[in-house]
Amino acid sequence: MKRGISYTAAFMTLLQRDLRIAIRHRGDIFNPLLFFILVVTLFPLGIGPEPQVLTRVAPGIIWVAALLASMLSLERLFKADFSDGTLEQMLLSPQPLSVLVLAKVLAHWILTGVPLILVAPLLAVLLHLDGNSYGALMATLALGTPVLSLLGAIGVALTVGLRKGGVLLSLLILPLYIPVLIFATSAIDAAGLNLAYDGQLAILAAMLVGSLILAPFAIGASLRVSTN
Amino acid sequence: MWKWLHTYADPERAYKLSGTLLPWFACLAIAFIGLGTTWGLLFAPMDYQQGDSFRIIYIHVPAASMSMATYMAMASASFVGLVWQIKSADWAAAAIAPIGAIITFIALLTGAAWGKPMWGTWWVWDARLTSELVLLFLYLGVISLYASFEDKVLAARAAGILAIVGVINVPIIKYSVDWWSSLHQPSTIKITEKSTMTNEMIFPLLINMAGFGLMIGAITLVRYRAEILARNGMRPWVRELATAEEAK
Repeated sequence: MKRGISYTAAFMTLLQRDLRIAIRHRGDIFNPLLFFILVVTLFPLGIGPEPQVLTRVAPGIIWVAALLASMLSLERLFKADFSDGTLEQMLLSPQPLSVLVLAKVLAHWILTGVPLILVAPLLAVLLHLDGNSYGALMATLALGTPVLSLLGAIGVALTVGLRKGGVLLSLLILPLYIPVLIFATSAIDAAGLNLAYDGQLAILAAMLVGSLILAPFAIGASLRVSTN
Repeated sequence: MWKWLHTYADPERAYKLSGTLLPWFACLAIAFIGLGTTWGLLFAPMDYQQGDSFRIIYIHVPAASMSMATYMAMASASFVGLVWQIKSADWAAAAIAPIGAIITFIALLTGAAWGKPMWGTWWVWDARLTSELVLLFLYLGVISLYASFEDKVLAARAAGILAIVGVINVPIIKYSVDWWSSLHQPSTIKITEKSTMTNEMIFPLLINMAGFGLMIGAITLVRYRAEILARNGMRPWVRELATAEEAK
């Protein structure tokens, strides 16, 4: 069967389209980032400004804020395409849905995950993160945030057709985020104590590879359910 | 070979079969749990370290192991429903989910009650306890996703995908005590080698585990019958059933 354009071309077209749309609505990129910064700012005010306390809790705060920011930004991943019918056209296209979905998730990660990784060291300075932990922080965020985008997209795809999806989405995907949170923060803690943390990084990388392979199929199946 | 099984995908036959099975499951569950609990609580020997408070094991361990088994049952039913498009399997998954959530909650609650005298704390954030808590959240996610769709055919498919994605958590719970150093003790019941408990202690435990399984089966059948009736309200056989009930 003739498929029109190749998989790579379809992937790149969709990726460029999503990036271009996002650049024209810059608020969509900056709002989750501002949310991330604000949540992190709240913690020193809430638990007190002592540097020792902040050093201890900094990895957890940064990661929890990253989870919430990622979840908040994910909500719009399929929303616009769903309401204007683009999503149905994607489902009907001859290209496999998992390729298209992967392009959308990658675009989402470039727009929300990468800025978050770039701004994280700055927040780590504000939270007096241990000097040894910066490498681990960056490595876990680089490996972990794509996993968040991929797993979260499953939940978003399941709830895109619902009107009251927001709260439900957090119930669906936060439990799936927990393993990422545990291994990421334990890697940063280990780095702070000058211990080896490549084991935790290897597990995070395994999660990334696993979800990169399996999640697009789950997302595709969920989208077919949601659009019926 | 599996042809005979397909006839039970028909809602009416599934309803009748679950009606026939229900008294068996219910009676056996009462007998097993009655025997296991009395034996365990009154006649099993006392633990030399933990004294009498170890006896909560006869509720805690069956609930905990069945919480995982129930999840697998729900996910398998969802898988059958998704792959072979059998609606009665979807209804079974929907019927199982709330039972699993309650059983998981019981396991967490009895675990906390056991932890207080033994570890000196209600709760610790270790691998097994946390992953069991995640299991509870997964159950709640499946239940609320199923509840939030108007169209129950779509609801079952969506909840089914979530249930299958969540299966990844079950082996994590099962092996958490072997993989991580945990405050929770490693499993004492071994299938392939000799268990680390004496026979007088372990027999009532095994009986109670079987009893919990049967009890969950019985409650599932009750809920499954209700689910079938709710989803087939417009079918003539359900109407006949309802008019026959009214005439009584």
